[in-house]
Amino acid sequence: MTDKVWVYIDQFNGEAIPSSWEAIDAARMLADELGGGVTAVIAGSEVQQLSEQAIQYGADQVYLCDDGTLQEFRAEPYASLVSGLAGEHHPEVILFPTTSRGRELAAMVAVDLKTGVLPDVTALEVQDGNVIATRPVYGGKLLAKAVCSARPQLVTLRVRAFSTPEADSSRTGNVNQVAAAVSEDNISTKVSGYTESSRGVSLNDAAVIVSGGRGVSNNPSLEPPDGMDENEAEIWRAQEGFKLIGDLAGVLGAAVGASRAAVDAGYIPYNQQVGQTGKVVSPDMYIACGISGAIQHQAGMRTSKVIVAINKDPEAPIFKMARFGVVGDLFEILPPLTESLRSRLSS
Amino acid sequence: MKIVVCVKQVPDTTAKVVVEDKQVTWGDMPLVINPWDEYAVETALLQQEAHGGDVTVISVGGEDANVALKHALAMGCGNAILISDPGLENADSLVTSQALAAAIQKIGDVDLACFGRQAIDGDVGVTAAQTARVLGWPSLTLVSAISELDPGSGSIRVERSVEEGRQVVEGKLPAVVSVVKDIGEPRYPSFMGIRKASRAEIPVWSVAEMGAEVSDPVVTWPEISNPPKVEVVTEIISGGSTAEIAETLAEKILEVKVV
Repeated sequence: MTDKVWVYIDQFNGEAIPSSWEAIDAARMLADELGGGVTAVIAGSEVQQLSEQAIQYGADQVYLCDDGTLQEFRAEPYASLVSGLAGEHHPEVILFPTTSRGRELAAMVAVDLKTGVLPDVTALEVQDGNVIATRPVYGGKLLAKAVCSARPQLVTLRVRAFSTPEADSSRTGNVNQVAAAVSEDNISTKVSGYTESSRGVSLNDAAVIVSGGRGVSNNPSLEPPDGMDENEAEIWRAQEGFKLIGDLAGVLGAAVGASRAAVDAGYIPYNQQVGQTGKVVSPDMYIACGISGAIQHQAGMRTSKVIVAINKDPEAPIFKMARFGVVGDLFEILPPLTESLRSRLSS
Repeated sequence: MKIVVCVKQVPDTTAKVVVEDKQVTWGDMPLVINPWDEYAVETALLQQEAHGGDVTVISVGGEDANVALKHALAMGCGNAILISDPGLENADSLVTSQALAAAIQKIGDVDLACFGRQAIDGDVGVTAAQTARVLGWPSLTLVSAISELDPGSGSIRVERSVEEGRQVVEGKLPAVVSVVKDIGEPRYPSFMGIRKASRAEIPVWSVAEMGAEVSDPVVTWPEISNPPKVEVVTEIISGGSTAEIAETLAEKILEVKVV
């Protein structure tokens, strides 16, 4: 039996990216409309345990390719594998989580199978056998519905836009082992190193994000160490400011984000940037500290469920989006806020 | 070394984009080069400065879609080509990639094709990977640094910025790279560059001229709308000392039960 709805399970170092399970939930909804069950596609090296997990989260069967060439993610061999399987079994839809890997993979499979890819989708429905995908465009300023007339329809799902199903350890399903599509000699890239980022919780999966803006460098009571020029002193002040952001994030188990202004000023690395030219996030709570809320920043965080704003300027646009606001100095508010939350959460 | 950089023109990030009478509009804000593509142009120019050769900037668009191309010329690219064809009017990402790949092949002997990570209008972000796949070249996406490139031996080593950190990847030229901001701040167009760009006659290639075949578009957009207005009632916490405000805010944060 071939299922019409497939899900690509994204993994890193053998651990599934949680949004893969969200994709299984979305797939279940599509399968209820289109008929059949849900097939999970798992690729990697020493990833057998993911088959069991995928089944517990709702997959009815699994294609598992466990091969040394798939140790590190490389789009070429992964795409050839997925294209090969889809070319053989003709699914109607393949869902991918919108990670860097999921997006690139879907892109390449679309070329191989001459079909369309609908990336970063936030809602799905089925009409006349077609998947209608809703996706934010223009940095979330508009919403578009997109349809693909070719098959399979390739859809990548925005992380955290769909709910995570309950794992059920009593579920069972078939695991079909499949061979890799490409041998090492025919792969044109090699991964020769890896540095994991040290900045704690990843922005993409974070339930709570604490972000700092240009304002984090404006603490007048800080006296920079001797011998710094003006520029160095500004960066130093900003880093002191981001320590306060980091402390609050630490207490909440949150990720640290930043506005473009803070990144452009060199206060914090680019991979922390939230906004139209940074990461688009939708956490349960977004705490904006010293961020005015320019359109370009709003584009990256407007779908956050609850927004909290701390800003000196009562006219800052961020207050229009905020559920809770404090008009005040973040350097005065953050330390007692962090302490209060720390004692409340530990009691 | 022969370098191609692929660019697109888009509404500025500060534009207020809305749907009026089912049409997308951004008032009289001018179009600009896609901000990500400026980094791609910078990448191309840096590689040219390091290894010699020339940089050609290409774009798929309507007959007058010259804004991004002229900006790239003003930054210092040597040549520009516009790929324009009535058959590309409703191009989806696959069709666009096929057209770009055809242009890269027609230009000939290209070593490196540079892209921005995504265009800020459609936010699709797959064109670089798709063009690489059409060409059969290595796809090096989300590149934050080109740490080594040797046109002689045809080797390239890059750092890619992915969710979990930085991945070092080696590949062979010709290759496609898409770049992120860390690659380096794009230069401003020079006065001479702007003058040169404003005078440039940009050749237009049709699909037939490239001797290419492109697929029929399969992705359609039946509906585009303004996002539903979310009514937020803002509660400004004020009154009392800073400590009291902080206490109240902590309470509110825990009340919404997401923490």
